[in-house]
Amino acid sequence: MLFLLGVAVLHAGFTDLYLRYVKAGLRPLLLAAGVVLIGTAVATVWYELRQQRDGHGHEHGHGHREPRVSWLLVLPLFALILVAPPALGSYSAMHAGTALQRPPWGFPTLPARDPISLNVADYAGRAVYDHGRSLRDRHVKITGFVALDRRGAPYLVRMALNCCAADALPVKVGLSGRTPPVLRPDTWLEVTGTYTGKRTKDPVGGGVIPYIDVSRAAPVPTPRDPYDESWNG
Amino acid sequence: MTLTKAPPARGGRRDDADDPRARRFNSSLVLTLLLVLVVALQGPVRGALSAPVMQSWMTVFVAVVVQALPFLVLGVLLSAVIAVFVPPSFFARALPGRPALAVPVAGMAGAVLPGCECASVPVAGALVRRGVTPAAALAFLLSAPAINPIVLTATAVAFPGEPRMVLARFAASLLVACVMGWLWQRLGRTDWMRPPAHPSLEGLGKGAAFWGSIRHDVMHAGGFLVVGAMTAATLKAVVPASWLHTAAGNPVVAILALGLLAVVLSICSEADAFVAASLSQFSLTARLAFLVVGPMIDLKLFAMQAGTFGRGFALRFAPATFAMAVLASALVGAVLL
Repeated sequence: MLFLLGVAVLHAGFTDLYLRYVKAGLRPLLLAAGVVLIGTAVATVWYELRQQRDGHGHEHGHGHREPRVSWLLVLPLFALILVAPPALGSYSAMHAGTALQRPPWGFPTLPARDPISLNVADYAGRAVYDHGRSLRDRHVKITGFVALDRRGAPYLVRMALNCCAADALPVKVGLSGRTPPVLRPDTWLEVTGTYTGKRTKDPVGGGVIPYIDVSRAAPVPTPRDPYDESWNG
Repeated sequence: MTLTKAPPARGGRRDDADDPRARRFNSSLVLTLLLVLVVALQGPVRGALSAPVMQSWMTVFVAVVVQALPFLVLGVLLSAVIAVFVPPSFFARALPGRPALAVPVAGMAGAVLPGCECASVPVAGALVRRGVTPAAALAFLLSAPAINPIVLTATAVAFPGEPRMVLARFAASLLVACVMGWLWQRLGRTDWMRPPAHPSLEGLGKGAAFWGSIRHDVMHAGGFLVVGAMTAATLKAVVPASWLHTAAGNPVVAILALGLLAVVLSICSEADAFVAASLSQFSLTARLAFLVVGPMIDLKLFAMQAGTFGRGFALRFAPATFAMAVLASALVGAVLL
Protein backbone atom coordinates (compact mmCIF):
# COMPACT_ATOMS: atom_id res chain seq x y z
CA MET A 1 0.00 0.00 0.00
CA LEU A 2 2.66 2.49 1.03
CA PHE A 3 4.80 1.12 -1.76
CA LEU A 4 2.04 1.70 -4.31
CA LEU A 5 1.49 5.21 -3.03
CA GLY A 6 5.21 5.91 -3.25
CA VAL A 7 5.37 4.53 -6.77
CA ALA A 8 2.36 6.62 -7.79
CA VAL A 9 3.94 9.76 -6.39
CA LEU A 10 7.25 9.03 -8.09
CA HIS A 11 5.46 8.30 -11.34
CA ALA A 12 3.66 11.62 -11.17
CA GLY A 13 6.90 13.35 -10.28
CA PHE A 14 9.00 11.86 -13.05
CA THR A 15 6.41 12.45 -15.77
CA ASP A 16 4.82 15.83 -16.22
CA LEU A 17 1.64 14.56 -14.68
CA TYR A 18 2.35 16.41 -11.44
CA LEU A 19 2.16 19.74 -13.26
CA ARG A 20 -1.59 19.25 -13.56
CA TYR A 21 -1.98 19.49 -9.81
CA VAL A 22 0.88 21.36 -8.19
CA LYS A 23 3.46 23.98 -9.02
CA ALA A 24 6.73 22.95 -10.61
CA GLY A 25 8.72 23.91 -7.53
CA LEU A 26 7.23 21.08 -5.50
CA ARG A 27 8.83 18.42 -7.68
CA PRO A 28 11.90 17.68 -5.52
CA LEU A 29 9.69 17.43 -2.43
CA LEU A 30 7.35 15.06 -4.23
CA LEU A 31 10.20 12.85 -5.35
CA ALA A 32 11.66 12.84 -1.83
CA ALA A 33 8.28 11.89 -0.39
CA GLY A 34 7.97 9.04 -2.88
CA VAL A 35 11.39 7.74 -1.92
CA VAL A 36 10.58 7.91 1.80
CA LEU A 37 7.29 6.06 1.27
CA ILE A 38 8.99 3.29 -0.69
CA GLY A 39 11.78 3.18 1.89
CA THR A 40 9.20 2.76 4.64
CA ALA A 41 7.57 -0.07 2.74
CA VAL A 42 10.89 -1.82 2.21
CA ALA A 43 11.92 -1.31 5.83
CA THR A 44 8.62 -2.74 7.05
CA VAL A 45 9.09 -5.88 5.00
CA TRP A 46 12.70 -6.21 6.11
CA TYR A 47 11.97 -5.93 9.82
CA GLU A 48 9.02 -8.22 9.40
CA LEU A 49 11.18 -10.90 7.80
CA ARG A 50 13.92 -10.49 10.35
CA GLN A 51 11.46 -10.77 13.17
CA GLN A 52 10.01 -13.93 11.79
CA ARG A 53 13.48 -15.39 11.28
CA ASP A 54 14.36 -14.59 14.86
CA GLY A 55 11.36 -16.62 15.88
CA HIS A 56 9.52 -13.74 17.50
CA GLY A 57 6.63 -14.05 15.15
CA HIS A 58 3.91 -11.59 15.91
CA GLU A 59 3.90 -11.97 19.63
CA HIS A 60 4.53 -8.26 20.13
CA GLY A 61 1.27 -7.65 18.39
CA HIS A 62 2.61 -4.34 17.16
CA GLY A 63 2.40 -5.11 13.48
CA HIS A 64 -0.18 -3.85 11.05
CA ARG A 65 -2.57 -2.26 13.48
CA GLU A 66 -3.48 0.39 10.98
CA PRO A 67 -6.74 2.24 11.51
CA ARG A 68 -9.59 1.74 9.10
CA VAL A 69 -9.35 5.33 7.96
CA SER A 70 -6.11 4.57 6.13
CA TRP A 71 -8.12 2.59 3.61
CA LEU A 72 -9.17 5.95 2.23
CA LEU A 73 -5.66 6.34 0.87
CA VAL A 74 -6.64 4.01 -1.97
CA LEU A 75 -8.89 6.75 -3.36
CA PRO A 76 -6.18 9.22 -4.41
CA LEU A 77 -4.14 6.21 -5.48
CA PHE A 78 -6.82 5.08 -7.93
CA ALA A 79 -7.41 8.64 -9.00
CA LEU A 80 -3.72 9.13 -9.81
CA ILE A 81 -3.00 5.78 -11.44
CA LEU A 82 -6.19 5.06 -13.31
CA VAL A 83 -8.09 8.25 -13.94
CA ALA A 84 -5.37 10.93 -13.78
CA PRO A 85 -7.87 13.80 -13.79
CA PRO A 86 -7.09 16.60 -16.22
CA ALA A 87 -5.95 20.05 -15.23
CA LEU A 88 -8.68 22.50 -14.29
CA GLY A 89 -10.57 23.71 -17.31
CA SER A 90 -13.39 25.94 -18.41
CA TYR A 91 -15.87 24.72 -15.80
CA SER A 92 -13.75 25.96 -12.92
CA ALA A 93 -12.74 29.03 -14.89
CA MET A 94 -16.31 30.19 -15.36
CA HIS A 95 -17.18 29.52 -11.71
CA ALA A 96 -14.52 31.85 -10.35
CA GLY A 97 -13.94 35.53 -10.87
CA THR A 98 -10.97 36.71 -12.90
CA ALA A 99 -8.00 37.16 -10.61
CA LEU A 100 -6.15 39.92 -12.35
CA GLN A 101 -3.69 41.76 -10.13
CA ARG A 102 -1.61 44.83 -10.74
CA PRO A 103 1.93 43.54 -11.00
CA PRO A 104 4.01 45.20 -8.30
CA TRP A 105 7.03 45.73 -10.50
CA GLY A 106 5.31 47.75 -13.17
CA PHE A 107 5.43 46.97 -16.86
CA PRO A 108 8.86 46.47 -18.41
CA THR A 109 9.18 47.56 -22.02
CA LEU A 110 8.38 44.78 -24.42
CA PRO A 111 11.07 43.47 -26.76
CA ALA A 112 10.77 44.60 -30.36
CA ARG A 113 9.79 41.23 -31.84
CA ASP A 114 6.56 41.06 -33.81
CA PRO A 115 4.28 39.27 -33.10
CA ILE A 116 5.28 39.11 -29.48
CA SER A 117 4.35 36.22 -27.19
CA LEU A 118 2.82 37.21 -23.88
CA ASN A 119 1.09 35.10 -21.29
CA VAL A 120 -2.56 35.75 -20.62
CA ALA A 121 -2.00 37.45 -17.28
CA ASP A 122 0.70 39.73 -18.71
CA TYR A 123 -1.53 40.80 -21.58
CA ALA A 124 -4.51 41.35 -19.32
CA GLY A 125 -2.42 43.28 -16.80
CA ARG A 126 -1.00 45.58 -19.46
CA ALA A 127 -4.41 46.05 -21.05
CA VAL A 128 -6.19 46.91 -17.82
CA TYR A 129 -3.67 48.67 -15.60
CA ASP A 130 -1.49 50.21 -18.29
CA HIS A 131 -4.45 51.03 -20.56
CA GLY A 132 -2.72 49.15 -23.31
CA ARG A 133 -0.01 51.81 -23.65
CA SER A 134 2.75 49.25 -24.17
CA LEU A 135 0.54 47.19 -26.48
CA ARG A 136 -0.48 49.73 -29.10
CA ASP A 137 0.28 48.80 -32.70
CA ARG A 138 1.73 45.49 -31.62
CA HIS A 139 0.71 42.04 -32.70
CA VAL A 140 0.37 39.92 -29.59
CA LYS A 141 0.31 36.16 -29.33
CA ILE A 142 -1.31 34.59 -26.25
CA THR A 143 -2.06 30.98 -25.42
CA GLY A 144 -4.87 29.70 -23.24
CA PHE A 145 -7.94 27.54 -23.28
CA VAL A 146 -11.39 28.50 -24.45
CA ALA A 147 -14.22 29.02 -22.03
CA LEU A 148 -17.73 30.18 -22.88
CA ASP A 149 -19.95 32.14 -20.55
CA ARG A 150 -23.70 31.57 -20.25
CA ARG A 151 -24.49 33.65 -23.32
CA GLY A 152 -21.86 31.82 -25.32
CA ALA A 153 -19.34 34.66 -25.47
CA PRO A 154 -15.82 33.25 -25.78
CA TYR A 155 -12.95 33.93 -23.40
CA LEU A 156 -9.35 32.83 -23.48
CA VAL A 157 -8.38 31.68 -20.01
CA ARG A 158 -5.26 30.59 -18.23
CA MET A 159 -5.45 29.38 -14.65
CA ALA A 160 -2.86 31.05 -12.43
CA LEU A 161 -1.61 28.87 -9.63
CA ASN A 162 0.43 29.49 -6.51
CA CYS A 163 0.86 26.10 -4.97
CA CYS A 164 -1.66 23.54 -6.12
CA ALA A 165 -4.80 23.35 -8.22
CA ALA A 166 -6.93 24.05 -5.16
CA ASP A 167 -5.77 27.67 -5.18
CA ALA A 168 -5.76 28.12 -8.96
CA LEU A 169 -7.59 31.23 -10.13
CA PRO A 170 -8.48 32.10 -13.70
CA VAL A 171 -7.28 35.11 -15.65
CA LYS A 172 -9.64 35.82 -18.50
CA VAL A 173 -9.31 37.73 -21.74
CA GLY A 174 -12.34 38.25 -23.94
CA LEU A 175 -12.12 37.40 -27.63
CA SER A 176 -13.50 39.80 -30.20
CA GLY A 177 -12.92 40.37 -33.90
CA ARG A 178 -12.29 37.39 -36.14
CA THR A 179 -12.94 34.59 -33.67
CA PRO A 180 -13.28 31.10 -35.14
CA PRO A 181 -16.93 30.23 -35.88
CA VAL A 182 -16.98 27.10 -33.75
CA LEU A 183 -15.30 27.18 -30.38
CA ARG A 184 -15.37 24.20 -28.08
CA PRO A 185 -14.67 24.83 -24.39
CA ASP A 186 -11.32 23.53 -23.13
CA THR A 187 -9.59 23.54 -26.50
CA TRP A 188 -6.23 25.26 -26.34
CA LEU A 189 -5.78 28.16 -28.73
CA GLU A 190 -2.88 30.33 -29.75
CA VAL A 191 -4.47 33.66 -30.51
CA THR A 192 -2.76 36.41 -32.47
CA GLY A 193 -4.34 39.82 -32.28
CA THR A 194 -4.08 43.43 -31.28
CA TYR A 195 -5.05 45.45 -28.23
CA THR A 196 -8.54 46.85 -28.12
CA GLY A 197 -9.97 49.28 -25.59
CA LYS A 198 -13.07 47.16 -25.12
CA ARG A 199 -13.52 45.67 -21.66
CA THR A 200 -16.23 44.06 -19.66
CA LYS A 201 -17.06 43.24 -16.09
CA ASP A 202 -16.74 39.64 -15.03
CA PRO A 203 -20.24 38.42 -14.10
CA VAL A 204 -18.58 36.41 -11.32
CA GLY A 205 -16.71 38.63 -8.91
CA GLY A 206 -16.92 41.85 -10.87
CA GLY A 207 -13.29 41.94 -12.00
CA VAL A 208 -12.27 43.67 -15.22
CA ILE A 209 -11.87 41.52 -18.33
CA PRO A 210 -9.97 43.13 -21.20
CA TYR A 211 -10.49 42.07 -24.79
CA ILE A 212 -8.17 41.19 -27.62
CA ASP A 213 -9.01 41.85 -31.24
CA VAL A 214 -8.34 38.48 -32.82
CA SER A 215 -6.80 38.27 -36.27
CA ARG A 216 -5.77 34.63 -36.19
CA ALA A 217 -6.54 31.74 -33.88
CA ALA A 218 -4.87 28.37 -34.20
CA PRO A 219 -5.50 25.29 -32.05
CA VAL A 220 -2.41 24.13 -30.17
CA PRO A 221 -1.72 21.09 -27.99
CA THR A 222 -2.04 21.50 -24.24
CA PRO A 223 1.18 23.03 -22.94
CA ARG A 224 3.48 21.02 -20.71
CA ASP A 225 2.53 23.09 -17.70
CA PRO A 226 -1.13 24.01 -18.12
CA TYR A 227 -0.99 26.65 -15.40
CA ASP A 228 0.45 30.11 -15.33
CA GLU A 229 3.02 30.16 -12.57
CA SER A 230 4.33 33.67 -13.12
CA TRP A 231 3.17 34.70 -9.64
CA ASN A 232 5.62 32.30 -8.13
CA GLY A 233 8.43 34.46 -9.34
CA MET B 1 5.34 -9.22 -1.79
CA THR B 2 4.58 -5.63 -1.24
CA LEU B 3 0.84 -6.01 -0.94
CA THR B 4 1.15 -7.73 2.39
CA LYS B 5 1.70 -4.37 3.99
CA ALA B 6 -1.83 -3.30 3.34
CA PRO B 7 -3.63 -2.24 6.49
CA PRO B 8 -6.18 -4.70 7.71
CA ALA B 9 -9.75 -3.52 7.86
CA ARG B 10 -10.21 -3.72 11.57
CA GLY B 11 -13.64 -3.63 13.09
CA GLY B 12 -12.37 -2.22 16.34
CA ARG B 13 -10.14 -3.38 19.12
CA ARG B 14 -12.41 -6.25 19.93
CA ASP B 15 -10.91 -8.51 17.31
CA ASP B 16 -7.44 -8.21 18.77
CA ALA B 17 -7.73 -11.82 19.73
CA ASP B 18 -7.85 -12.87 16.09
CA ASP B 19 -4.77 -14.28 14.57
CA PRO B 20 -3.09 -11.18 13.14
CA ARG B 21 -1.60 -13.12 10.28
CA ALA B 22 -5.00 -14.27 9.06
CA ARG B 23 -6.32 -10.74 9.14
CA ARG B 24 -3.31 -9.45 7.31
CA PHE B 25 -3.80 -12.01 4.60
CA ASN B 26 -7.41 -10.98 4.23
CA SER B 27 -6.61 -7.32 3.94
CA SER B 28 -4.06 -7.82 1.20
CA LEU B 29 -6.52 -10.06 -0.58
CA VAL B 30 -9.15 -7.34 -0.37
CA LEU B 31 -6.75 -4.74 -1.74
CA THR B 32 -5.79 -6.99 -4.65
CA LEU B 33 -9.41 -7.72 -5.44
CA LEU B 34 -10.24 -4.04 -5.28
CA LEU B 35 -7.42 -3.21 -7.69
CA VAL B 36 -8.55 -5.87 -10.16
CA LEU B 37 -12.15 -4.71 -9.87
CA VAL B 38 -11.32 -1.08 -10.54
CA VAL B 39 -9.12 -1.95 -13.50
CA ALA B 40 -11.90 -4.11 -14.91
CA LEU B 41 -14.49 -1.39 -14.45
CA GLN B 42 -12.23 1.35 -15.76
CA GLY B 43 -14.52 2.26 -18.66
CA PRO B 44 -17.74 2.91 -16.71
CA VAL B 45 -15.82 4.64 -13.95
CA ARG B 46 -14.22 7.01 -16.41
CA GLY B 47 -17.60 7.67 -18.00
CA ALA B 48 -19.13 8.57 -14.67
CA LEU B 49 -16.25 10.90 -13.91
CA SER B 50 -16.28 12.77 -17.18
CA ALA B 51 -18.88 15.35 -16.13
CA PRO B 52 -17.19 18.72 -15.68
CA VAL B 53 -18.19 19.00 -12.02
CA MET B 54 -16.74 15.60 -11.24
CA GLN B 55 -13.61 16.37 -13.19
CA SER B 56 -12.86 19.56 -11.36
CA TRP B 57 -13.72 17.80 -8.11
CA MET B 58 -11.22 15.05 -8.88
CA THR B 59 -8.55 17.52 -9.91
CA VAL B 60 -8.88 19.60 -6.75
CA PHE B 61 -9.02 16.48 -4.62
CA VAL B 62 -5.89 14.95 -6.15
CA ALA B 63 -4.18 18.34 -6.06
CA VAL B 64 -4.78 18.82 -2.33
CA VAL B 65 -3.53 15.33 -1.58
CA VAL B 66 -0.49 15.52 -3.88
CA GLN B 67 0.43 18.94 -2.54
CA ALA B 68 0.06 17.99 1.11
CA LEU B 69 1.70 14.58 0.92
CA PRO B 70 5.33 15.76 0.77
CA PHE B 71 4.80 18.03 3.76
CA LEU B 72 2.98 15.29 5.60
CA VAL B 73 5.89 12.93 4.97
CA LEU B 74 8.31 15.61 6.16
CA GLY B 75 6.32 16.13 9.34
CA VAL B 76 6.04 12.41 9.91
CA LEU B 77 9.79 11.98 9.48
CA LEU B 78 10.42 14.73 12.01
CA SER B 79 7.89 13.30 14.44
CA ALA B 80 9.45 9.86 14.08
CA VAL B 81 12.83 11.38 14.90
CA ILE B 82 11.31 13.03 17.97
CA ALA B 83 9.53 9.86 19.01
CA VAL B 84 12.54 7.59 18.66
CA PHE B 85 15.80 9.47 18.93
CA VAL B 86 15.07 12.44 21.21
CA PRO B 87 14.81 11.36 24.85
CA PRO B 88 11.87 12.79 26.85
CA SER B 89 14.28 14.43 29.25
CA PHE B 90 15.39 16.77 26.47
CA PHE B 91 12.03 18.51 26.40
CA ALA B 92 11.91 18.69 30.16
CA ARG B 93 15.15 20.64 30.06
CA ALA B 94 14.43 22.71 26.94
CA LEU B 95 11.04 24.02 28.02
CA PRO B 96 10.46 26.09 31.12
CA GLY B 97 8.97 24.06 33.91
CA ARG B 98 5.93 26.26 34.40
CA PRO B 99 3.38 25.58 31.66
CA ALA B 100 2.40 29.24 31.55
CA LEU B 101 5.93 30.05 30.40
CA ALA B 102 6.32 26.97 28.24
CA VAL B 103 3.43 28.06 26.02
CA PRO B 104 5.02 31.21 24.53
CA VAL B 105 8.39 29.46 24.25
CA ALA B 106 6.82 26.62 22.29
CA GLY B 107 4.91 29.14 20.20
CA MET B 108 8.12 30.90 19.27
CA ALA B 109 9.77 27.54 18.59
CA GLY B 110 7.16 27.07 15.88
CA ALA B 111 9.06 29.66 13.89
CA VAL B 112 11.87 27.24 13.14
CA LEU B 113 9.83 24.45 11.56
CA PRO B 114 9.87 25.35 7.90
CA GLY B 115 6.79 23.59 6.68
CA CYS B 116 3.10 23.97 6.29
CA GLU B 117 0.29 22.88 8.52
CA CYS B 118 0.24 19.26 7.39
CA ALA B 119 3.70 18.79 8.88
CA SER B 120 2.89 20.32 12.23
CA VAL B 121 0.04 17.99 13.21
CA PRO B 122 2.11 14.78 13.43
CA VAL B 123 4.97 16.68 15.09
CA ALA B 124 2.66 18.09 17.76
CA GLY B 125 1.23 14.61 18.27
CA ALA B 126 4.72 13.22 18.82
CA LEU B 127 5.49 16.04 21.26
CA VAL B 128 2.46 15.19 23.37
CA ARG B 129 3.37 11.52 23.40
CA ARG B 130 6.87 12.50 24.45
CA GLY B 131 5.55 14.15 27.57
CA VAL B 132 5.49 17.79 26.53
CA THR B 133 2.71 19.75 28.23
CA PRO B 134 -0.29 19.58 25.86
CA ALA B 135 -0.76 23.34 26.16
CA ALA B 136 2.76 23.96 24.85
CA ALA B 137 2.41 21.38 22.08
CA LEU B 138 -0.83 23.02 20.97
CA ALA B 139 0.79 26.45 20.88
CA PHE B 140 3.46 24.91 18.69
CA LEU B 141 0.82 23.23 16.50
CA LEU B 142 -0.90 26.55 15.86
CA SER B 143 2.09 28.80 15.44
CA ALA B 144 4.45 26.58 13.42
CA PRO B 145 2.64 26.75 10.08
CA ALA B 146 1.97 30.48 10.29
CA ILE B 147 5.11 32.19 11.49
CA ASN B 148 7.97 30.23 9.95
CA PRO B 149 10.36 32.15 7.66
CA ILE B 150 9.12 30.57 4.42
CA VAL B 151 5.52 31.54 5.04
CA LEU B 152 6.43 35.05 6.17
CA THR B 153 8.60 35.54 3.08
CA ALA B 154 5.74 34.39 0.87
CA THR B 155 3.48 36.89 2.62
CA ALA B 156 5.95 39.70 2.02
CA VAL B 157 6.16 38.77 -1.67
CA ALA B 158 2.40 38.57 -2.06
CA PHE B 159 1.80 41.96 -0.40
CA PRO B 160 4.61 44.02 -1.88
CA GLY B 161 3.32 47.41 -0.77
CA GLU B 162 2.26 46.32 2.68
CA PRO B 163 5.16 45.28 4.92
CA ARG B 164 2.89 45.69 7.93
CA MET B 165 0.89 42.70 6.68
CA VAL B 166 3.83 40.43 7.52
CA LEU B 167 4.15 41.91 10.98
CA ALA B 168 0.40 41.70 11.54
CA ARG B 169 0.33 38.07 10.45
CA PHE B 170 3.20 37.19 12.75
CA ALA B 171 1.71 39.04 15.72
CA ALA B 172 -1.85 37.78 15.31
CA SER B 173 -0.78 34.17 14.73
CA LEU B 174 1.53 34.11 17.73
CA LEU B 175 -1.13 35.77 19.85
CA VAL B 176 -3.73 33.15 18.94
CA ALA B 177 -1.27 30.31 19.51
CA CYS B 178 -0.37 31.55 22.99
CA VAL B 179 -3.93 32.34 24.00
CA MET B 180 -5.11 28.92 22.86
CA GLY B 181 -2.27 27.30 24.76
CA TRP B 182 -3.16 29.16 27.96
CA LEU B 183 -6.85 28.45 27.44
CA TRP B 184 -6.10 24.76 27.16
CA GLN B 185 -4.01 24.90 30.30
CA ARG B 186 -6.86 26.61 32.16
CA LEU B 187 -9.90 24.83 30.81
CA GLY B 188 -8.63 21.81 28.96
CA ARG B 189 -9.30 18.41 30.40
CA THR B 190 -7.03 15.54 29.62
CA ASP B 191 -9.92 13.20 28.89
CA TRP B 192 -10.90 15.36 25.91
CA MET B 193 -7.62 14.56 24.31
CA ARG B 194 -7.84 10.90 23.53
CA PRO B 195 -5.20 9.97 21.03
CA PRO B 196 -6.06 6.75 19.24
CA ALA B 197 -3.96 3.82 20.31
CA HIS B 198 -0.48 4.30 18.99
CA PRO B 199 1.48 1.15 18.39
CA SER B 200 3.72 0.55 21.31
CA LEU B 201 7.30 1.11 20.34
CA GLU B 202 8.70 -0.49 23.46
CA GLY B 203 10.89 -3.48 23.05
CA LEU B 204 11.79 -2.76 19.46
CA GLY B 205 15.10 -1.79 17.96
CA LYS B 206 15.50 1.89 17.12
CA GLY B 207 15.33 1.23 13.39
CA ALA B 208 12.18 -0.84 13.63
CA ALA B 209 10.58 1.72 15.92
CA PHE B 210 11.52 4.56 13.56
CA TRP B 211 10.05 2.96 10.46
CA GLY B 212 7.07 1.63 12.36
CA SER B 213 6.29 5.13 13.56
CA ILE B 214 6.57 6.53 10.04
CA ARG B 215 4.34 3.85 8.61
CA HIS B 216 1.69 4.29 11.24
CA ASP B 217 1.63 8.07 10.99
CA VAL B 218 1.55 8.19 7.20
CA MET B 219 -1.28 5.69 7.01
CA HIS B 220 -3.20 7.37 9.79
CA ALA B 221 -2.78 11.05 9.05
CA GLY B 222 -2.90 10.27 5.33
CA GLY B 223 -6.34 8.74 5.69
CA PHE B 224 -7.62 11.81 7.47
CA LEU B 225 -5.94 14.02 4.92
CA VAL B 226 -8.01 12.25 2.27
CA VAL B 227 -11.21 12.96 4.22
CA GLY B 228 -10.33 16.64 4.46
CA ALA B 229 -9.32 16.87 0.82
CA MET B 230 -12.62 15.35 -0.27
CA THR B 231 -14.62 17.83 1.78
CA ALA B 232 -12.61 20.78 0.54
CA ALA B 233 -12.91 19.67 -3.06
CA THR B 234 -16.67 19.23 -2.72
CA LEU B 235 -17.17 22.69 -1.29
CA LYS B 236 -14.85 24.27 -3.82
CA ALA B 237 -16.64 22.62 -6.74
CA VAL B 238 -20.17 23.21 -5.49
CA VAL B 239 -20.27 26.56 -3.68
CA PRO B 240 -20.31 29.44 -6.14
CA ALA B 241 -17.70 32.10 -5.59
CA SER B 242 -20.28 34.83 -6.10
CA TRP B 243 -21.56 34.30 -2.54
CA LEU B 244 -18.31 35.74 -1.30
CA HIS B 245 -18.49 38.93 -3.20
CA THR B 246 -21.77 39.95 -1.63
CA ALA B 247 -20.04 39.65 1.73
CA ALA B 248 -17.23 42.06 0.88
CA GLY B 249 -19.38 45.13 1.51
CA ASN B 250 -19.90 44.83 5.26
CA PRO B 251 -16.60 45.02 7.20
CA VAL B 252 -17.69 42.67 9.99
CA VAL B 253 -19.27 40.12 7.67
CA ALA B 254 -16.20 40.35 5.44
CA ILE B 255 -13.87 39.24 8.26
CA LEU B 256 -16.13 36.31 9.11
CA ALA B 257 -16.58 35.39 5.46
CA LEU B 258 -12.86 35.26 4.73
CA GLY B 259 -12.28 33.32 7.94
CA LEU B 260 -14.82 30.75 6.77
CA LEU B 261 -13.34 30.76 3.29
CA ALA B 262 -9.95 29.92 4.75
CA VAL B 263 -11.50 26.98 6.57
CA VAL B 264 -13.24 25.73 3.45
CA LEU B 265 -10.45 26.16 0.93
CA SER B 266 -7.83 24.32 3.01
CA ILE B 267 -4.97 25.99 1.21
CA CYS B 268 -1.39 25.25 2.16
CA SER B 269 -0.06 28.01 4.41
CA GLU B 270 2.82 28.60 2.03
CA ALA B 271 0.42 29.59 -0.73
CA ASP B 272 -2.45 31.30 1.05
CA ALA B 273 -0.86 34.75 1.01
CA PHE B 274 -1.12 34.86 -2.78
CA VAL B 275 -4.77 33.88 -2.68
CA ALA B 276 -5.41 36.49 -0.01
CA ALA B 277 -3.69 39.11 -2.14
CA SER B 278 -6.01 38.28 -5.03
CA LEU B 279 -9.12 38.87 -2.90
CA SER B 280 -8.58 42.54 -3.42
CA GLN B 281 -12.17 43.64 -2.88
CA PHE B 282 -11.82 42.80 0.80
CA SER B 283 -10.25 44.99 3.47
CA LEU B 284 -6.73 44.25 4.68
CA THR B 285 -8.08 43.20 8.07
CA ALA B 286 -10.42 40.67 6.48
CA ARG B 287 -7.54 39.29 4.47
CA LEU B 288 -5.46 39.12 7.64
CA ALA B 289 -8.23 36.95 9.13
CA PHE B 290 -7.88 34.68 6.09
CA LEU B 291 -4.15 34.37 6.69
CA VAL B 292 -4.45 33.76 10.43
CA VAL B 293 -7.33 31.28 10.32
CA GLY B 294 -6.11 29.24 7.34
CA PRO B 295 -2.95 27.69 8.82
CA MET B 296 -4.60 27.06 12.19
CA ILE B 297 -7.84 25.44 11.30
CA ASP B 298 -9.25 24.22 8.01
CA LEU B 299 -11.15 21.18 6.85
CA LYS B 300 -8.17 18.95 6.21
CA LEU B 301 -6.50 20.07 9.44
CA PHE B 302 -9.68 19.36 11.37
CA ALA B 303 -9.77 15.84 9.98
CA MET B 304 -6.11 15.32 10.77
CA GLN B 305 -6.46 16.72 14.30
CA ALA B 306 -9.44 14.47 14.90
CA GLY B 307 -7.26 11.59 13.82
CA THR B 308 -4.24 12.53 15.90
CA PHE B 309 -5.82 13.80 19.11
CA GLY B 310 -9.29 12.28 19.04
CA ARG B 311 -12.64 13.54 17.86
CA GLY B 312 -13.77 15.02 21.17
CA PHE B 313 -10.67 17.19 21.21
CA ALA B 314 -11.05 18.42 17.64
CA LEU B 315 -14.72 19.27 18.12
CA ARG B 316 -13.88 21.59 21.02
CA PHE B 317 -10.53 22.86 19.85
CA ALA B 318 -11.43 23.80 16.27
CA PRO B 319 -14.34 26.21 16.96
CA ALA B 320 -12.42 27.84 19.79
CA THR B 321 -9.41 28.31 17.55
CA PHE B 322 -11.58 29.76 14.82
CA ALA B 323 -13.19 32.26 17.18
CA MET B 324 -9.85 33.26 18.70
CA ALA B 325 -8.21 33.63 15.30
CA VAL B 326 -10.99 35.86 13.99
CA LEU B 327 -10.95 37.98 17.15
CA ALA B 328 -7.16 38.30 17.17
CA SER B 329 -6.98 39.31 13.53
CA ALA B 330 -9.71 41.90 14.02
CA LEU B 331 -7.77 43.26 17.00
CA VAL B 332 -4.35 43.25 15.38
CA GLY B 333 -5.85 44.56 12.15
CA ALA B 334 -7.39 47.47 14.00
CA VAL B 335 -4.07 48.32 15.65
CA LEU B 336 -1.61 47.69 12.86
CA LEU B 337 -3.33 47.97 9.50
